[in-house]
Amino acid sequence: MTKISAQPDTPLIQVAELSRVFDVSKPWLNRLIEREPKQFLRAVDKVTFEIRKGETLALVGESGSGKSTIAKMLVGLLDPSEGTIVFDGQPMIMDNSARMMELRKRFQMIFQSPYASLNPRWKVADVIAEPMVVLGVEKDSAKIEARVNELLELVGLSAADGSKFPHEFSGGQRQRIAIARALSSNPEFIVCDEPTSALDVSVQAQILNLMRDLQDQLGLTYLFISHDLSVVRHMANRIGVLYLGALVEIADSKQLFKAPQHPYTRMLLDAVPDLEMTGRQRKEVEGEIPNPINPPSGCTFHPRCPFANERCEREVPHWTQTKTGVAACHGVEEGRIPPAEMVR
Amino acid sequence: MTPPLLSVRELVIKFPNRHGALTAVDGVSFDLAAGEVLGVVGESGAGKSLTGSAIIGLLDPPGHIASGEIYLKGERIDNLPAEDMRAIRGKRIGMVFQDPLTSLNPLYTIADQLIETIRTHLRLSMREARQRAIRLLDDVGIPAASRRIDDYPHQFSGGMRQRVVIALALAAEPELVIADEPTTALDVSVQAQIIDILKEQCTQHGASVILITHDMGVIAETADRVAVMYSGRIAEIGPVRDIIQNAKHPYTSGLMGSIPTLAQEEDRLVQIPGSMPRLSDIPPGCAFNPRCEHAFDKCRIERPVLIPVDNRQVACWLYEEAEAKGAAT
Repeated sequence: MTKISAQPDTPLIQVAELSRVFDVSKPWLNRLIEREPKQFLRAVDKVTFEIRKGETLALVGESGSGKSTIAKMLVGLLDPSEGTIVFDGQPMIMDNSARMMELRKRFQMIFQSPYASLNPRWKVADVIAEPMVVLGVEKDSAKIEARVNELLELVGLSAADGSKFPHEFSGGQRQRIAIARALSSNPEFIVCDEPTSALDVSVQAQILNLMRDLQDQLGLTYLFISHDLSVVRHMANRIGVLYLGALVEIADSKQLFKAPQHPYTRMLLDAVPDLEMTGRQRKEVEGEIPNPINPPSGCTFHPRCPFANERCEREVPHWTQTKTGVAACHGVEEGRIPPAEMVR
Repeated sequence: MTPPLLSVRELVIKFPNRHGALTAVDGVSFDLAAGEVLGVVGESGAGKSLTGSAIIGLLDPPGHIASGEIYLKGERIDNLPAEDMRAIRGKRIGMVFQDPLTSLNPLYTIADQLIETIRTHLRLSMREARQRAIRLLDDVGIPAASRRIDDYPHQFSGGMRQRVVIALALAAEPELVIADEPTTALDVSVQAQIIDILKEQCTQHGASVILITHDMGVIAETADRVAVMYSGRIAEIGPVRDIIQNAKHPYTSGLMGSIPTLAQEEDRLVQIPGSMPRLSDIPPGCAFNPRCEHAFDKCRIERPVLIPVDNRQVACWLYEEAEAKGAAT
């Protein structure tokens, strides 16, 4: 492959102060009658992170934490409200310029539901060929066909499957087709938005293994989005934890599970069911995610946090260097949070 | 000898179609003791939800019970007229569905729905029923229950709604609660709360539970026994701890290996090749044989029966000889 590769020390993706605000106001007439102001939802709030070449960064969080919004902004399906995304040194401005079209070949996305992301009226070969055709990677139809067959075999299907329609495949096979489609323009970076959460566990294992094999073979960089911590642990080099649209902790994958710093990360880890039956008790987690339209003051996690004090209510925490990475928590910064007693 | 609370005998559920009929559940038998929590686990299409729906008499046509029997405390309930079944449903068997939003009526307040259920099954006055409803909501951990009872479902969060549904299922003191994927639609941090409430409340009300889920983690924490289903049949049934720590059926052990856990260090997950067969082409013999690495000739011809191994039952020919030896000595 002849590609202009990034310098080894520069990250492939740099995201700085990325925010996205949605207008969730009622219709104009309702607002007028009920005398209500416009309402806005900050789905993503000043998120900053980097992804190095060849690594997998995972973003975890519960529903409403903004993980899918970040994914969509990274591939240009949503425009950021504020902040910048830099891909291999070049700013991502989602216009139709020649520079951007060239850049678009280098990233792709795999969606959550393989039932919704494949056009039911298209043959599988056409589905897989589309990115090549649209992005102008390949124009010769014989070469496209050869490439489609190669991709089908790469993801564990057979070349003959290309002439079938998506409904003839099971969920796991469809996700393989979606992966083949994502690979067809020869990208370096793939955003995977909950790629296995619509699949059964035994099929999930196949897809996760396939994704790791492809990463090793093709040197791919992944942004892996999931709500399932055990899946994330299996896939990621580094993990970012999201809460109400903000990153609360980023750490090396192994370290995060050994020594979680932020109280929310600890809470998430405690909530994972104990399959080994070690007798570890799941801790009762207090409360639920608050309404993102009207988030709590200061640190948004303080109403659920066992270590919160008056400063947490008042002041928004900033990044603090920790032993394992970075965390946004006053308690961690002041060193008043006792080390986690992890059974693992 | 007192009969078990629930006994399902050779249950077969079929869906007629143009080419005959698809067998979605094929000869499922199990017993449930009073106060016991039975987990039913399997992948989508394994027939676990259908088994639950059949017990409570809510199979959607054209699906129907083609053969087999279901007994509740020794009394046959699978062939009752709709009217009699309605008296059992809600009163003696409660149900918790997956999605708390669709199982509550958006046009009625929580109070209306709870009081309606209570008064349908118990002879109570409006006032008594309301008091009972408030107490139920209080028990499932809804703060300020006496005020929130007059709210509509959309005013509750997902976790709170599922608490309401649990209160609704327990409203008439049922002997059995069937919970079909009660936590699948919820976030992990809320999931733990709901599982705790469900278990605690059912113990308090003395109800047995059938917990249907695809999540082994939930089963591990909640159930006493577990039935692993594959292609409409029970592959393995026995005490939770034994099955999770030492699965005997090749499907169960593959399934356990394919679940990523927090503790493991291996890079690759165990994977079972292929996927579950479609109902229209379930292979002859053992339904799992094309994916099984231990399959031998007999597996491809003859369907395995449940064979007792230690304190559990396994539907796998690998254990047939072990049993024969055991019988000889």
